[in-house]
Amino acid sequence: MKYAVRTAKVIAAALGLAAIAAPALAQQGLDEPFQKPFKEALAGKTVAYVPVAMNFDLTEGWYAGMKKELEPLGVKFEIRDPNWNTNAGAQAVTSLISEKPAVMVIHNPDVQTYAKLLQRAENEGIYVIQINMGSAYRSSAFVGANWIEIGEKDTEAVVKACQGKSNKIAIVQGALSAAASAYTLKGVENVLAKHPEIKVVSSQAADWDAAKAKAITQTVLKQNPDLCGIVGFWDGMDIGTAAAVKEAGLTGKVFVATSGGGERKGACELVKSGAFDLNLSYDVPTQAAQMAGTIKWLLSSGAKAGSIKGSEYTTLIPITKENADSQTSCWNLSDLKK
Amino acid sequence: MKRFRFNQQEIVFAVFAVLFLAFSIFLRGFLTPENMLTLLQNVAVLGILGLAMALVVIGRGIDISLIAALAVPPGLVLQMVQNGHSLPASLLTAVLLTIAFGLVNGWLIAYAEVPSLFATLATGLLLAGLGQAALFQLDVVQWSDGMQGFERLGQGTILGVPTSIVMFAIACVVVAFLLRQTRWGAYIYAIGDNPYAARVTGIPSRPIIVLQYVVAAQIGCFAGLVMAASVNSMPTRVFNSTLIYDVILVVVLGGIGLSGGRGGVLNVIIGTLLIGTMLNGMTIMDISYAGQNLVKGVVLLLAVITDSFLNPRNEETAQQGDI
Repeated sequence: MKYAVRTAKVIAAALGLAAIAAPALAQQGLDEPFQKPFKEALAGKTVAYVPVAMNFDLTEGWYAGMKKELEPLGVKFEIRDPNWNTNAGAQAVTSLISEKPAVMVIHNPDVQTYAKLLQRAENEGIYVIQINMGSAYRSSAFVGANWIEIGEKDTEAVVKACQGKSNKIAIVQGALSAAASAYTLKGVENVLAKHPEIKVVSSQAADWDAAKAKAITQTVLKQNPDLCGIVGFWDGMDIGTAAAVKEAGLTGKVFVATSGGGERKGACELVKSGAFDLNLSYDVPTQAAQMAGTIKWLLSSGAKAGSIKGSEYTTLIPITKENADSQTSCWNLSDLKK
Repeated sequence: MKRFRFNQQEIVFAVFAVLFLAFSIFLRGFLTPENMLTLLQNVAVLGILGLAMALVVIGRGIDISLIAALAVPPGLVLQMVQNGHSLPASLLTAVLLTIAFGLVNGWLIAYAEVPSLFATLATGLLLAGLGQAALFQLDVVQWSDGMQGFERLGQGTILGVPTSIVMFAIACVVVAFLLRQTRWGAYIYAIGDNPYAARVTGIPSRPIIVLQYVVAAQIGCFAGLVMAASVNSMPTRVFNSTLIYDVILVVVLGGIGLSGGRGGVLNVIIGTLLIGTMLNGMTIMDISYAGQNLVKGVVLLLAVITDSFLNPRNEETAQQGDI
């Protein structure tokens, strides 16, 4: 009994001592063993960015977002702007392979052109991250929108809006050579296969061009004034589609669904004005943050380029009248550049 | 014996008539007043650009930089208003920029004697590059609240006629007046027909050439404003498109020879109508993109082949500088 009490006393004293000693230990600080190698893995590395072109909301947004995340870590961020020229893009990628940056961030103009080059780059030990528009070659990472899902969701919304109406819809595609356009069309077809009552009165390519989209839509609306919905493939082009609907006096009667990067002027404000009924946003700032995150992860992992492959499909933000006013639905390029 | 000969203008008009008739008979919903207006509305901007190109081509030049004049100054208007400047100030800046641009073009061609094809190719790139690098934040410049009311230039109707058609009509009248009723217009024809003879007879050919390019750029800017108003934005990327070929197509198809000195506003209207009818009919038929290109190519080839078959070229008809 006496022994037990003594033991208890010793334990209590030990605990007390520990309680006094603990803060003293904490004041010493504890080294987190992984941050230093992380910093070393990133500092002085070069990340090369090859979009299809600069000067539009998506690529400017990605650039600003990645730069903001990576430059403070001492990463050199380089840009090669092919300005819509596929050949110039392929040349940029080729010359980059010999310059050996640590990471290449590639925005493909189509599925085939860069595919072989990207494979060569990864064989040379360069991590390749493909963004928003992928190629036939699967590289270390893909970060971007799931176009099939966009086609499906837009079409589902249009089909729903058409219930009890004429069931006539039109499709305004982008450029035929673009994977984004072809994949979106597949998504549209997936939904239409389930809805045989829907009649597609027009499915034409407007080459991402607002004026062409407007011309096509005007003609289609004159032929089918009872049209109940339009699936558009990009908001920058569908501003023309919406203008045609508005001129025909059918705003609100024809459901216009489209998709885009969610920049405020191009997305939220047009939904607010009634031009678009649904704009699926792939939220460029979040995409940019995911791209930067992937770059950090890859560089600090030390994994061999091409040995691991994964995808990060973007969670879409459906912008409708309900959330178009919200501060978080859209983003401003000027804020991202700060 | 005088043989009756068709010229290019008549051939194209015949092709247009046949197409129009075929569409009217076989295509339900083609020959309605609404569709006719849509048809015209869809090619109004192309038509206005065609007028600018015609003016230059008649004077034996070519203006490849027209699309830059269409995209950059109107884009600047939208961008300036977006940045908080007033609409009149922005419009004035754009007009001044366009005049300066036309003067550079004209000076290079008339005084530095650079061939118009190369001069305008370079200046067009320069202006588009300037816009992209220094003037615009994004290549699609969006409409902003300050532009309120200006969209009426390209949207809505005047007395039941869509505004862009009215704008095309106004441009036609202005250019027709300039070409047919003024001394300057007569000089342009004279220079186009034979620049050396024109100079010998005392026509101030260099200033007239400068004037041509200034007016053409101004018309291009006007077309751009109509286009921006009609789609509520200025997609300045249009510079990279093949629009300039369509413009040349309208002019050549309409029967304005690239060798200069011939043709007029009527030719542009005919060329525009043919393109408009083809595009409209094919959109109604929901022909695929590839199919549309095929049809466009075939019709064009037919027009060109028929012309060279009916009007064979020889030393007498061929002119120096003929393309």
